[in-house]
Amino acid sequence: MIFFFEVFITGLMVGIMYSLVALGFALIFKASDVFNMAQGAMSLFAGLALVGFLYQYMHLPLWLSLLCTMGVMTIWAYVIVYVILRPLVARPPLMLFMATFGVMYLMEGIGQSIYGTQAKGLNLGIPDQSFEVAGILMSSFDLTFAGVAAVLVIGLVIFFQKTRTGRALRAVSDDHEAALSVGIPLLKAWVVTWVIAGIVAVVAGVAWGTRLGVQFSLGYIAFKALPVLIIGGIDSIPGAIIAGLMVGAGENLAEVFIGPYVGGGIQTFFPYLIALLVLYFKPYGLFGKEIIERV
Amino acid sequence: MFYRECGVYKDTYAGDMAIFPIPLDRYGFTVMLILAFVAIPLWASDYFISNIMIPFYCFSLSVIGLNILAGYAGQISIGHAAFMAVGAYSALILYGRFGIPLLPSILGGGIVSGFVGIVFGLPSLRIKGFYLAIATLASQFIIQWVIVHWQWFSGGVFGTVETPDMHIFGWLLDTPVEKYYLALGWLILLTVCAKNLVRGQLGRNWQAIRDVDYAAEIIGINLYRDKLIAFAVATFYAGIAGALITFCYYGAANIEEFHVMVSFALIGMIIIGGMGTILGSFLGAGFFVLLPLFINRFMGIFMEVVPSEIRSNIESIIFGGLIVFFLIVEPYGMARLWHTIKDKLRLWPFPY
Repeated sequence: MIFFFEVFITGLMVGIMYSLVALGFALIFKASDVFNMAQGAMSLFAGLALVGFLYQYMHLPLWLSLLCTMGVMTIWAYVIVYVILRPLVARPPLMLFMATFGVMYLMEGIGQSIYGTQAKGLNLGIPDQSFEVAGILMSSFDLTFAGVAAVLVIGLVIFFQKTRTGRALRAVSDDHEAALSVGIPLLKAWVVTWVIAGIVAVVAGVAWGTRLGVQFSLGYIAFKALPVLIIGGIDSIPGAIIAGLMVGAGENLAEVFIGPYVGGGIQTFFPYLIALLVLYFKPYGLFGKEIIERV
Repeated sequence: MFYRECGVYKDTYAGDMAIFPIPLDRYGFTVMLILAFVAIPLWASDYFISNIMIPFYCFSLSVIGLNILAGYAGQISIGHAAFMAVGAYSALILYGRFGIPLLPSILGGGIVSGFVGIVFGLPSLRIKGFYLAIATLASQFIIQWVIVHWQWFSGGVFGTVETPDMHIFGWLLDTPVEKYYLALGWLILLTVCAKNLVRGQLGRNWQAIRDVDYAAEIIGINLYRDKLIAFAVATFYAGIAGALITFCYYGAANIEEFHVMVSFALIGMIIIGGMGTILGSFLGAGFFVLLPLFINRFMGIFMEVVPSEIRSNIESIIFGGLIVFFLIVEPYGMARLWHTIKDKLRLWPFPY
């Protein structure tokens, strides 16, 4: 039983990381109806930029590097919104979706041109010690990031519910044209959303980068976040969090308890199986708004 | 000899339905065919044939499939490369293990892939748009996993299987030119099929579904059937393309060649080439195959000036930049540019 809980908790910790990436997707989808395939590439770019500021080109202190990285992501947000999305405003959403493919290639290419293709280590000086709570092994590193993620989510919720800008963003996500007609600047609202998504990408990039090293495959974490998004409902922030935890725990349990019978390595597609099931029974996800067009 | 519709009298049904009603188009196409069948095998170097033309043909075939699905039927798929893998492995198993002749094996690879495609197309009956895109991404990962982990399919470590020698009626295909003809033959055959499919009843149904699906249903189109047929046809093409590229180009089936990034690249190809046109499939695939070569040639001049990091990544920057550029400036891709040129030619030498 203890072993079961250990696997479960480890899964939950990984799940938090998935939630972070899925959160970026959900934010942008809420505000601009764009399904952003470049979210993984954004995390990669953020990780690369941070390494660049920390060790590779400059030797800035950590806090300043983080700030600069966020600045870089802000520049990206402006470029994406004003150069790429603005000409595509009235086009069908599938075109915007495909444009994000282009953004993905651009970010990967530019990021690796500037910072190189080899894998880089990232060490923030967070202690990685294991300790036991009620007989269950836990890592302080995972807990730190769980805490950071929790702060981020609470901050986002407060921002969306209480501030003026947050309210404007919610209006935009409800109805673009109605928001425009009451005087909300659409493009500015989008920039804010992409900046927030960029900051979430920074956190995700840092979290995954410290674990796996900053390298090209960091962009692939997006593929883990997609089923999370489907399960939670594509436009739901709490959905992204809860589904992320579910997927993290579920895939870890499946790998440990079912994996040996079918050959192992099933965590690459197990979340997708769950996502397909959810799609079949509840196409709008567990927490999403029920506005999906039925075929 | 002007490029004109004038003087083209469509006085038979066959004339009315011709793919190229304008004579100059027909001559041009004949020249291209002669080029492909006679000139290239005769005069091109082995490198050009086996490293440029064969992958170009195979990717074209795959992109035609994806274009039928995404460009004509409007069902986007980001797991297309996985179906190439299904075709490749099925054809290899049929040919190498069961001793079925080569051509039926390749066809079999396509058919198996088509059936798998129907299974993974089932979600399209309930969902569309991004949701469907993610469901098709699931097919990519599930297929990849099955091939890597189930020894029966892969037969080797990490899903790598060497292709055995190719025989057709006892004739060994081993030179690049022979492989070239194999790929070209399939390509021509299936392109003709695709062109006629998309301008027939089924193709019109697909376009209606793409444009407004409920309206299509109201005028009596069977959405479920036609969507599943679109998935079957698209994955059939992918399967054949996968089998061909494995037999003629890679020489070994390797799961890494059918990675998710290949699926993304295929989507990029239909955007750059032109959604919903057969011509666009060729342009997109040709562009994708030629891009690295051009960059190497071009960058060769500045070898010392440009740092190696940029040289190795400029490909994805250009590819991504062009996807965005075409979506903004010319959403129908390079095929549309060709159309614009044709419209200008019709009026030449007059301005309008």
